[in-house]
Amino acid sequence: MKLSRRARITVRIIAFLGLAAIYLPLLLVLVNSLNADRSFGWPPRQLTLHWWTDAWASTGARAALWTSVRAGLGATALALVLGSLAAFAVHRHRFFGREAVSFAVVLPIALPGIVTGIALNSAFRTVLQPAGIGLGLFTVVVGHATFCIVVVFNNVTARLRRTSGSYEEAAMDLGATTFQVYRDITFPLLRSALAAGALLAFALSFDEIAVTTFTAGAGVQTLPVWIFANMARPNQAPVVNVVAAVLVLLSVVPIYLAQRLSSDTK
Amino acid sequence: MAADDGTAVRLTGLRKAFGATEAVAGVDLEVRDGEFFAMLGPSGSGKTTVLRIIAGFEEPTAGTVELAGREVTRLAPFERDVNTVFQDYALFPHMTVEQNIAYGLKIRKVPKAERRERAHAALSSVRLDGYERRRPAQLSGGQRQRVALARALVNRPRVLLLDEPLGALDLKLREEMQVELKQLQRSVGITFVFVTHDQQEALTMSDRIAVFNHGRIEQVGTPAEIYERPATPFVAGFVGTSNLTNGFSVRPEKIRILAEGSPAESEHDEAAGTVAEVVYLGESTRFIVDLDSGGRLTALRQNLDADATEVAAYRGRRVLLRWHRRHNFAVVQST
Repeated sequence: MKLSRRARITVRIIAFLGLAAIYLPLLLVLVNSLNADRSFGWPPRQLTLHWWTDAWASTGARAALWTSVRAGLGATALALVLGSLAAFAVHRHRFFGREAVSFAVVLPIALPGIVTGIALNSAFRTVLQPAGIGLGLFTVVVGHATFCIVVVFNNVTARLRRTSGSYEEAAMDLGATTFQVYRDITFPLLRSALAAGALLAFALSFDEIAVTTFTAGAGVQTLPVWIFANMARPNQAPVVNVVAAVLVLLSVVPIYLAQRLSSDTK
Repeated sequence: MAADDGTAVRLTGLRKAFGATEAVAGVDLEVRDGEFFAMLGPSGSGKTTVLRIIAGFEEPTAGTVELAGREVTRLAPFERDVNTVFQDYALFPHMTVEQNIAYGLKIRKVPKAERRERAHAALSSVRLDGYERRRPAQLSGGQRQRVALARALVNRPRVLLLDEPLGALDLKLREEMQVELKQLQRSVGITFVFVTHDQQEALTMSDRIAVFNHGRIEQVGTPAEIYERPATPFVAGFVGTSNLTNGFSVRPEKIRILAEGSPAESEHDEAAGTVAEVVYLGESTRFIVDLDSGGRLTALRQNLDADATEVAAYRGRRVLLRWHRRHNFAVVQST
């Protein structure tokens, strides 16, 4: 498409403003984590690493980080298994209600977290609690898995759509059994899509707050929940800034890797 | 179960329905050992489904498949001594050319050294020495086609199945590969069964041809039999251009175009008419002639001396068409 000179400049300005609106506040968080002023006066008069050492020493933040990592890994593992199985079922087989299943799998990513959270909370308390399983890390993992499945499902479905089914027939034709076909052909061709899906799923789980609030039991606090709880406390605010800054830097890694893996066609 | 009697493939009463549509509606066929056999037909005629049933990718609704006298109708693809060259080649994109070719041997637990040696030999037989380390994405269409051939042939199957093997290639390459495939088949001595919708390709390469239409076989025969003596109007029309008049037919290239009043010849049939249309084809010209007796005939003539202007001057001219009677073939209207 060819744009006029004027349209080109306008589009560029809009794109620049859009990106600035997203990234300038993030930059502000990074700068403020080094701001020596406790009330974050702007511009910072003096820079310090004091808050970073404070944050490192904060046992609350560290425990929350560890909880987040465990919840993320658990939800990702669950999503990998269920998401890829669902993708296979929907893509490789024709059955009644196939479209409906596909829709039902993808829907949770669009549902407001608070709705999912409330629904899971009452379900867990009325069904699991009497059975002896109370709210805890496990319920957080299940809650996160509901929307983590979607990204795995979407990634695997997209890859399956691009790889022709005749690869598998060819392998079978050359003597491979069903298991050998999966090991030698299907899985290697899906590997990068699975990895990309897993990274995105982990990233989604890692910053989730609404569902977590409703599904976490007492004493289970993920990092976003910890930040939310400590933001309002004036003496913790500088530490919260540091934690936020760390999260910004950390989330760059999985997204970058996921993008590289998705664009890789081999 | 019949003994191994020199029949590579025997299909008996084969039927395959997909829902309400019957893709294969009763096929009986025998392919002999060492034959280059073509299954020719328009798209949707059931030829590819029959190939997939032989390979084991589809299970027939009724009927049996025998390979070298052994019934294999319900066996999985990996339990049959056949290999397939797919229309899209289906080379594994994450493996090198050598890994692709050696895959079947690896599955059959052939020792590594022998695997390597046979893969090299197979690659050499399709004139791709030195391409071992390439990836499929780095090959041209023609090279991929050859790798697919090598990957199938390296397993020394009893029967090699080829699904529109040259369909994805451009015309020039296709003509080269036709010759190459034929030579390859002679040198390895394996039975080739290939599916095509291109009558020229079937006539050029095959020992025998089965012409498919609506899930049934209309005729089985050598290229000469199929072309010179088509058994049904469908075969006559699908293979080559044909002149269908009442009950008999004659091929356009058998007809000579003479000036009116040429002295009669014995054993010949003739018809007078007016040239309605002249189609210049480069190497030859097609004349469409309205006969005085009603109906029209198409005559094809090589442009031995004539150029485009000369043949164009024939439009509207009175001519006499004449051909030897032995070229007439009767066509039975199928019901």
